[in-house]
Amino acid sequence: MSEEDEDQAPPKRPRATPPPDQVLDNVLETVLQFLAAPRDRSAASLVCRSWHRAESATRVSLAVRNILAASPARAARRFPNAHHILLKGRPRFADFNLLPPGWAGSAFRPWAAAFASAAFPALRSLSLKRITVTDDDLDLLARSLPPSFRELSFLLCDGFSSRGLASIASHCRGLRVLDVVDCEMNEEEDDEVSDWVAAFPRGHTNLESLCFDCFTPQVPFAALEALVARSPRLRRLGVNQHVTLGQLRRLMALTPHLTHLGTGAFRPGDAAEDQGLDLAQILNAFSSAGRANTLASLSGFRDLAPEYLLTIATVAAANLTTLDLSYAPVTPDQFLPFIAQCRNLETLWVLDSVRDEGLEAMASFCKKLQVLRVLPLDAHEDADELVSEVGLAAISEGCRGLRSILYFCQRMTNAAVITMSHNCPELKVFRLCIMGRLQPDHITGEPMDEGFGAIVRNCSKLTRLSTSGRLTDRAFEYIGKYGKSVRTLSVAFAGDGDLALQHLLQGCSKLEKLEIRDCPFGDAGLLSGMHHFYNMRFVWMSGCNLTLQGCKEVARRLPRMVVELVNSQPESERTDGVDILYMYRSLEGPREDVPPFVKIL
Amino acid sequence: MAAAAMSYAHADVENLKATELRLGLPGAEESDKMPTPPSTPRAGNKRALAGDLREEEPKTAPPAAKAQVVGWPPVRSYRKSCFQQQSTKSKVSAPAPEKKQEEVAVAAVVAPPAAAGSAGSLYVKVSMDGAPYLRKIDLKMYKGYRELREALESMFLGFSGDASSVNPSDFAVTYEDKDGDLMLVGDVPFEMFMSTCKRMRIMKGSEARGLGSSKE
Repeated sequence: MSEEDEDQAPPKRPRATPPPDQVLDNVLETVLQFLAAPRDRSAASLVCRSWHRAESATRVSLAVRNILAASPARAARRFPNAHHILLKGRPRFADFNLLPPGWAGSAFRPWAAAFASAAFPALRSLSLKRITVTDDDLDLLARSLPPSFRELSFLLCDGFSSRGLASIASHCRGLRVLDVVDCEMNEEEDDEVSDWVAAFPRGHTNLESLCFDCFTPQVPFAALEALVARSPRLRRLGVNQHVTLGQLRRLMALTPHLTHLGTGAFRPGDAAEDQGLDLAQILNAFSSAGRANTLASLSGFRDLAPEYLLTIATVAAANLTTLDLSYAPVTPDQFLPFIAQCRNLETLWVLDSVRDEGLEAMASFCKKLQVLRVLPLDAHEDADELVSEVGLAAISEGCRGLRSILYFCQRMTNAAVITMSHNCPELKVFRLCIMGRLQPDHITGEPMDEGFGAIVRNCSKLTRLSTSGRLTDRAFEYIGKYGKSVRTLSVAFAGDGDLALQHLLQGCSKLEKLEIRDCPFGDAGLLSGMHHFYNMRFVWMSGCNLTLQGCKEVARRLPRMVVELVNSQPESERTDGVDILYMYRSLEGPREDVPPFVKIL
Repeated sequence: MAAAAMSYAHADVENLKATELRLGLPGAEESDKMPTPPSTPRAGNKRALAGDLREEEPKTAPPAAKAQVVGWPPVRSYRKSCFQQQSTKSKVSAPAPEKKQEEVAVAAVVAPPAAAGSAGSLYVKVSMDGAPYLRKIDLKMYKGYRELREALESMFLGFSGDASSVNPSDFAVTYEDKDGDLMLVGDVPFEMFMSTCKRMRIMKGSEARGLGSSKE
């Protein structure tokens, strides 16, 4: 440790300048302020104690990626100067109903209390992901947070209702960002829904971003229009599906400088604002007032009237880099003329209703594409095949700079995946979901081993991988051998036995997040990863062949791992087998609020 | 929650089965075992969604398609529910025509996801006296009253804090039917209940006494 140097300073040195260690701390803090990337910060904090101190004092952006891993008190002691805090809760598989509700319903409460008591005095911005937040939590926050608090965003959260939003709106005077994205808010009786939009204070607001696309009840339009009218700084607006095209046009007239617009239904409705609405008016709304130069991102289209799709073409042609059409089941006929205009797209989310021809067209026009999601219109194993290996191969031919892809299909071939591995060397995220479980290459009949093997071999920057289809242990041998940068791995219905899991745990040295469901992996496979688990954020294994003994062994040898056994079917008690294993490292030890279906070893 | 009343009603349902008019071949009963897909690694505990099994119930059809598995494909249920109606429009040749009949009858207009009554799911609001908020459940997820009761218990008993201090038979599960009348859950066959139930309400014992007392 470098502190030893200070002890050897000559005793007769004049003290005109401050002592070396203090200078060092000041310099360090000044320099470290420029260090933004979380991994760099973590690395800097491990150098020595003074670096650790300096980094902790200067960290403004704190990410607690597992809310159960550290207590708010501990976080506040170490990072007193945090401006922005990100908290993540549930594991991702909870999104697909694999985790019973109420798994960690009160995990946020101590954090809310900490925020309310100014444990983080510099707190300006809070982002919550997959966390249960109650209306009471929001009310507490709203009444306690200082006016310097500016940003609140919820992603995939639940547990609150319009009442909580109303508290926030009425009490957080300095609020600049209120984003509620993909949240499952509580159901409310129609006559009990709070008009949170009207709860914002009178006079100009500081709102820069307001997104409520997922809010299910209708928001009174007059209040919404009034709010938007008095929010001159608004740059991002996302409305819910009840806002009609005519109403959207009115809102757009009030916000000429929008960079992001969530368009609601994108269909004319029965509202007063839709009287006499025609295509020309909407086209005008999207192409006038320099809109083409500012609007860069569009989403919504929750009930798209297809004839209106081309009205956004001028914007698309000029400046649109991000487009989310994943709620709009457009056909190839509707899609082709439109996508031809979208030369600048970098991020695109579509439904597979556009079919292979739509994807081929997209690949030929959108040369700058980096992020693509092709989501299923009909998310069932036996649904009709709308996109296939043809689409995937075309994408790889056209979009050479692709960095991230999520592709749902019914069947796939190794050849197409191998082609993508060669054509898209920049890939960091490759998530292929062949919806038919255990489907092999449908042309050769072989398992999909070679395809995924090629991805890990040829895409050296790959950090996230999701597999599907019929995979033998060989696929995992490849992943373990070549997937040296892989940090997040999702595996489902794959592998032949424990050896596959062993390949992963012993090969993927950077692995941090592992999600496995319904694979024939048992205790031997699990135990082969003991050397590595402390380096991981979490391991999820459900529907596998683990036993209580195996999991107890892990818990015994790794005291800092919290090993949770979750029973997703309380009706059918299984005495020895393990339903869900969810284990994560934590500084706080086992949590106290444990629902009856969870056992912590 | 009216456990005694509901189990009595369940017995009634079992007796009714013998007299129920069905289109199935004699002896073709709705099986309780989920058909496991071929060459799966261990069967584990894949819960087939009861709702889908209902759709695939072979009245006169060839063997049902693969039973749906919980959380597969990995798409959020909000997304799945958005496109329930679109999916029927996109199917040109229906391999299992029985599945489609009820869905085609539903108007092909896209309804917002919040609406109940879409072909693939039947969401009704469930309120419980004293609970801070309501829930919505999909009645098609449940094969019968027992599963429904278990689901409601796991959803709502959490509100009373310690689950063991709450006696389920202190509660009565009621529903509002098409005519707006308040009925006790469990009196009619489950299928009939599903088609007439508009919303559900779990009441505390004192209010429910008048409704269910004859069955206890």
